[in-house]
Amino acid sequence: MAKKVLMKGNEAIAEAAIKSGCLHFFGYPITPQTEISEYMAKRMPKVGGLCLQAESEVSAINMIMGAAASGSRCLTSSSSPGISLKSEGISYLVGCDLPCVIVNVQRGGPGLGGIQPSQQDYYQATKANGHGDEHILVLAPSSVQEMAQLTSEAFDLADIYRMPAMILADGALGQMMEPVDFELGTKREIPEKTWACNGTEGKRKKNIINSLLIDPDELETSVVNRFKRYDEIAEKEVKYEEYKCDDADIVIVAYGITSRICKTAIAAARAKGIKVGLFRPITLWPYPKKQLGALADKAKHFLVCELNMGQMVDDVKVATECKKPVSFFGRTGGVIPSPDEVLAQIEKLAAAL
Amino acid sequence: MVVFDKPKSLSPVPFHYCPGCTHGIVHRLVAEVLDELDLCGKAVGIAPVGCSVFAYNYFECDMIEAAHGRAPAVATGVKRTHPDNIVFTYQGDGDLAAIGTAETVHVGARGENITIIFINNCIYGMTGGQMAPTTMPGQVTTTSPYGRDRRIQGSPIRVCEMLSTLDGVAYAERVAVNTVPNIKKAKAAIKKAFQNQVDKKGLSIVEVLSTCPTNWGMTPEQALEWVKTDMIPFYPLGVYKDADVKDLNPTSTKEVTE
Repeated sequence: MAKKVLMKGNEAIAEAAIKSGCLHFFGYPITPQTEISEYMAKRMPKVGGLCLQAESEVSAINMIMGAAASGSRCLTSSSSPGISLKSEGISYLVGCDLPCVIVNVQRGGPGLGGIQPSQQDYYQATKANGHGDEHILVLAPSSVQEMAQLTSEAFDLADIYRMPAMILADGALGQMMEPVDFELGTKREIPEKTWACNGTEGKRKKNIINSLLIDPDELETSVVNRFKRYDEIAEKEVKYEEYKCDDADIVIVAYGITSRICKTAIAAARAKGIKVGLFRPITLWPYPKKQLGALADKAKHFLVCELNMGQMVDDVKVATECKKPVSFFGRTGGVIPSPDEVLAQIEKLAAAL
Repeated sequence: MVVFDKPKSLSPVPFHYCPGCTHGIVHRLVAEVLDELDLCGKAVGIAPVGCSVFAYNYFECDMIEAAHGRAPAVATGVKRTHPDNIVFTYQGDGDLAAIGTAETVHVGARGENITIIFINNCIYGMTGGQMAPTTMPGQVTTTSPYGRDRRIQGSPIRVCEMLSTLDGVAYAERVAVNTVPNIKKAKAAIKKAFQNQVDKKGLSIVEVLSTCPTNWGMTPEQALEWVKTDMIPFYPLGVYKDADVKDLNPTSTKEVTE
């Protein structure tokens, strides 16, 4: 195993991107993700890459559009209000079937909100990044190691399926320091980008990258075909973690930083004899529906924990087909619950079982 | 001997443009220049949103269709990752001077080594004749039905004049395509704007005063006349910046003397 280095989560994303062959970064400063831009500004010139600060989030995502359309691996990062500004560009990237990686280090909202960690963009990331029938891959790390690992995987997934992939992190993961190992595993086979716009050199027909399809039948076919690809992704690329679920009466469903608070609470609850486990979706889109659904026959109660007002509850109800009750506990606006608060919820549910 | 042929850089498909619209002329000039400088194989064109949205069908080089106003940012992404490509945007006035103003100004501020072909016809054509950032005082459009009133709707933007104040802009010229001599000058300007990119000089923009007979409510002939009588006096033709000519811009002069 390679030597581990101590790094901030945001820096780990940046370094992992470079190690994954991404030499083009376009961004705009916003707390709490600015370290990604700063790291890129320092490192990129030394590895022959480019870090360009755009005049706006809108411009940054459209620079990504140009870089991706001409066949380059590219990264942009932002935080919640900035991602809203990028939503137009994300929709076009999807409509043009262009691969790229977008990082959202979430902060509290709505509006300017605050700068503390949140998971308030779950709906936006998994349901409505932009206008139109569209999805992007959404990966939710829960440690600095996963910030690096999932960034590397996101580039491969984006290239293989020709679509944007998002790392949905939060301010806590972005700012905290942990040891990280950059031996990020085997790379997948990436199809050649024969569709890229980088000059015909008179050797091939011209390529057109476009999301405009004026004929409704043609547009429908294009959207339907894209959704067939989505089905394939849902079948093949779902990632999740099950923790002490085998005998669990109560299954907590949590992702990202919240899942770690839940694990501490689970240890405390187990010490008191309560059988509780954790199901952690790592891909938030595609959602591990089948895998979570399989737990609905064994568990007696599901508890969704998030740093928002319950945005994932619907997905859990759908996955478990409402076979068992689904409760919610969360804090929002940048407030992070203590393990004791989660434990209190577990104990309340256990008493009612 | 062939004395008149279709440029190789122009795709063999019919244009969708209205009768009397000068987009077709400008497309041809761009294609002729790509042929003459032998750039088609290296070129990546960025189409806008507006009447020329289908420009991606008309040029034989690789083409990307950008979101409304975002062509300069998309062009930046291509050029910065593939500096050997010849990258151009083809944009209308709503695209370049209204919704994409920030992208336009900053692509100039950064001095991106790309070429912008800017069609100014004082109106939004594709959506059916609404007021543009370039609509002239008093001009009637569907959203300025009593004529553009500067007190209510503000004043038009003169893009070449504005961009010529930016250090990164190497070349800004306004031309027209209403007469044969003007078309010849327009072609020379477009050629220079592409040659500048080959020579890595920074941003080059050619603003082309263009017609929209359909939405102006004129015949094609009346529209060409209106360019002469109304547009050119308000939007004077000429070179607003040329980095080769050192005394044009106060800032560049200062840099040279330092």
